[in-house]
Amino acid sequence: MIHLVKRPQPSRFWTAVTPILAVLLTMVVGGFMFAALGKPPLEAIRTIFWDPLFHEQFAAYSRPQLLIKAGPLILIAIGLSIGFRAGIWNIGAEGQYIMGAIAGAGVGLAFYPMESFIIFPLMVIAGALGGWAWGMIPAVLKTKFGTNEILVSLMLVYVAESVLASVSSGLLKNPDGMGFPGSRNLQQYDSAANLEIIPNTGMHWGVVAAFVAVIFAYVLLTRHIRGFHIQLAGQAPRAARFAGVRPARIILFCLGLSGALAGMAGLFEVAGPSGQITIDFNSGYGFTAIIVAFLGRLHPVGILLAGLLMALTYIGGELAQLMLGLPGASIQLFQGMLLFFLLATDVFTNYRIRFGQGEAA
Amino acid sequence: MSDSEVLLEIKGLTKAYPGVTANSDVSFDIRVGEVHALLGENGAGKSTLVKMIYGLVKPDSGTMTLNGAPYAPAEPRAARASGVAMVFQHFSLFDALTVAENIALGMENPPKPRDLARQIREVSETYGLPLDPERTVGGLSAGERQRVEIIRCLLQDPRLLIMDEPTSVLTPQEVEILFETLRKLSAEGTAILYISHKLEEIRALCDHATILRLGKKVATCTPSETTARELAEMMVGASFDAVERAEKAFGDVRLKVAGLSAKSPNEFGTSLKDISFEVRAGEVLGIGGVAGNGQDELLAALSGEITTAADMVSFDGTPVGALPPEPRRTAGILSAPEERLGHAAAPDMSLTENAILTAAAREGLMNKGFLNWPKSTAFAEKVIDAFDVRTPGPGTAARALSGGNLQKFVIGREVMQNPEVFIVNQPTWGVDAAAAAAIRQAILNLAARGAAVVVISQDLDELMEVADRFAALNEGRMSDIRPVQGLTVDEIGLMMGGAHDMEVAHVDA
Repeated sequence: MIHLVKRPQPSRFWTAVTPILAVLLTMVVGGFMFAALGKPPLEAIRTIFWDPLFHEQFAAYSRPQLLIKAGPLILIAIGLSIGFRAGIWNIGAEGQYIMGAIAGAGVGLAFYPMESFIIFPLMVIAGALGGWAWGMIPAVLKTKFGTNEILVSLMLVYVAESVLASVSSGLLKNPDGMGFPGSRNLQQYDSAANLEIIPNTGMHWGVVAAFVAVIFAYVLLTRHIRGFHIQLAGQAPRAARFAGVRPARIILFCLGLSGALAGMAGLFEVAGPSGQITIDFNSGYGFTAIIVAFLGRLHPVGILLAGLLMALTYIGGELAQLMLGLPGASIQLFQGMLLFFLLATDVFTNYRIRFGQGEAA
Repeated sequence: MSDSEVLLEIKGLTKAYPGVTANSDVSFDIRVGEVHALLGENGAGKSTLVKMIYGLVKPDSGTMTLNGAPYAPAEPRAARASGVAMVFQHFSLFDALTVAENIALGMENPPKPRDLARQIREVSETYGLPLDPERTVGGLSAGERQRVEIIRCLLQDPRLLIMDEPTSVLTPQEVEILFETLRKLSAEGTAILYISHKLEEIRALCDHATILRLGKKVATCTPSETTARELAEMMVGASFDAVERAEKAFGDVRLKVAGLSAKSPNEFGTSLKDISFEVRAGEVLGIGGVAGNGQDELLAALSGEITTAADMVSFDGTPVGALPPEPRRTAGILSAPEERLGHAAAPDMSLTENAILTAAAREGLMNKGFLNWPKSTAFAEKVIDAFDVRTPGPGTAARALSGGNLQKFVIGREVMQNPEVFIVNQPTWGVDAAAAAAIRQAILNLAARGAAVVVISQDLDELMEVADRFAALNEGRMSDIRPVQGLTVDEIGLMMGGAHDMEVAHVDA
């Protein structure tokens, strides 16, 4: 018989080790899956984890992609993690990301073709505000009417997608685009373009913002009373009220912050790597960031590493599709496994396993 | 019905846990078809006793006889097979399943779904417990959920039905329906063991009552021939004598509560109704009463968790009733709620973090919102030293501490902040005698330093020891406030029962 015995307090050792264990288990089980698909498992795993960084031929292209993909994931996941710590489940970062992109790109396009250094900062602010506003909808509904923020934020993703479809073939459509849907390409509009700061590294302003967010979140959560109250509200709501924390303020702060960060991520993406507002410029970063947040143990530094790892599986997954003909769905399954194993191995943080007979009742 | 044959005979049941004797030599009989009350304060040993009857806990010594045959259930299943069923205070139902599915899950050999639904309808009609087997449990009220549990028991034709504080989650109307059902069951010959500390209910419903205090049986009596006051006295015990105390001179009024009314934030809580009192510098006001009569709500209204009209609570003449907890703390009003884990302390946080929980502003543990960790750790260590908290260090999670040690930490955290007004609920619950004495001494020292102290407690001995004046809470109202000196047990019982309760008693008797 196997028994789970609750630990008196969470194990620090296992908190650190479970992500690594989860990655290894994912590799093993994923390997079996690839084998079942008739692909060489070791080669597939090497293609996903190793080739994007060190392959002679592809690495020059895929290495910068690492930061390009990791930047928005980290930026969004940092915002989400702060809410998750407070027990506020914003599942709609994808919608906030889209609305931020639309708001920010809208401001940029409104200035076209004027050139000024002020345009890009204004776009960033507009992007943050767009995401913030979209995040405030579930927040206000929750504080005023007690609605469930999980459902509201998730459903608002689909609203945002409809808005995106509408503006890319209407309001923001490129007048010189020969009738094709999609906005002007911001990459070709110097004042609004989010270009690489250092060539061939993938380092753009969104990545800088992500690093700043990591530091900000670290200081907030470990050094500031507000971060303390956020964690208190998540762990022991009654104790939080006793300490004087007002739940409504925490809800507004967390959803607003995660919305703003997601909105900024959307703007950096649309002004940079993606370049233009199109019907499908969003590539699911808002949802993947949820995995990143948990993979990083809701800890800022953990999220930084998890974002990089997740970006790696994205790029590696694309490479594996290209080189080994792996189906795209199997890559998503692979990423899903990562979250699954992380949550499963999490048990060891709070419980220890005891083999043999339990004590007689 | 009192002269019918004995169904369950309990003889000399004893159960000891490390450090506490939960039951000591308890004997009484339950007769066929009677409603038998088990009465006692929190911690009197009621739960342990019924757990032994239901097979959840094995007695250390003593015997039980069911229908003349020896009865020693090794597990609840054996108890159910012998015809003993139990409805717990907390329900074990799945929200997403229907009533019928939930009932089937709890049965040893569930019949086919269609038959079961028919049986459920039959039983629910027979006993006047309206319940549709097709409904999803998630949409049911607490009273309806309880019906699911009761019907689950009734389907097994029990000879003895144990009910653990069944009315604590019910509205008055639902209580009426439940009582009708229980009377009907009893008329049909099912014995009911009814656990409660609500005197009125027991007088209205029960044929006999066994009263437990500190794990021992005090008496078995007939509630309808006993006044509520006598029941309360037996429950509380007449064994304490008021401490002799020198005449103390009190200072100005520091805490003033005037016409305090507040709705409980908790659905099943007790709302506060028009409470007024004053506590002067150097004075300790003791507030007694049976649990669940507004104690938690009163503490919340004083700590700021419940805000009210500003002038309902005043501190040194300044209205503070509308302020949230943090400014009240800064002003010097500190409190310690009853529930240690989850309310007074966050279980998964370290003691240092739990020190920040209430002491951040007043002890200067933060600067412009930025936490000073070394200072916080030092403060936590100070509390640990001063109150002899047994723990490896301030980095330990609160949930790793024993209840008594955490209680010492929680009280110490507030006392070390030198409160001007201190409100505490159940200061020594679950704490060993030496530590309890230290906590009481700390409370008296606070008062001697000029603080106004309110001690809410179920432990009357404790209140007699530390309090200068005494009042009782009953259904959210406060009795008259009387000096502790010269207060008799009779008077305390009267105050705790509430005057209106006494009126009913005389009419019935």
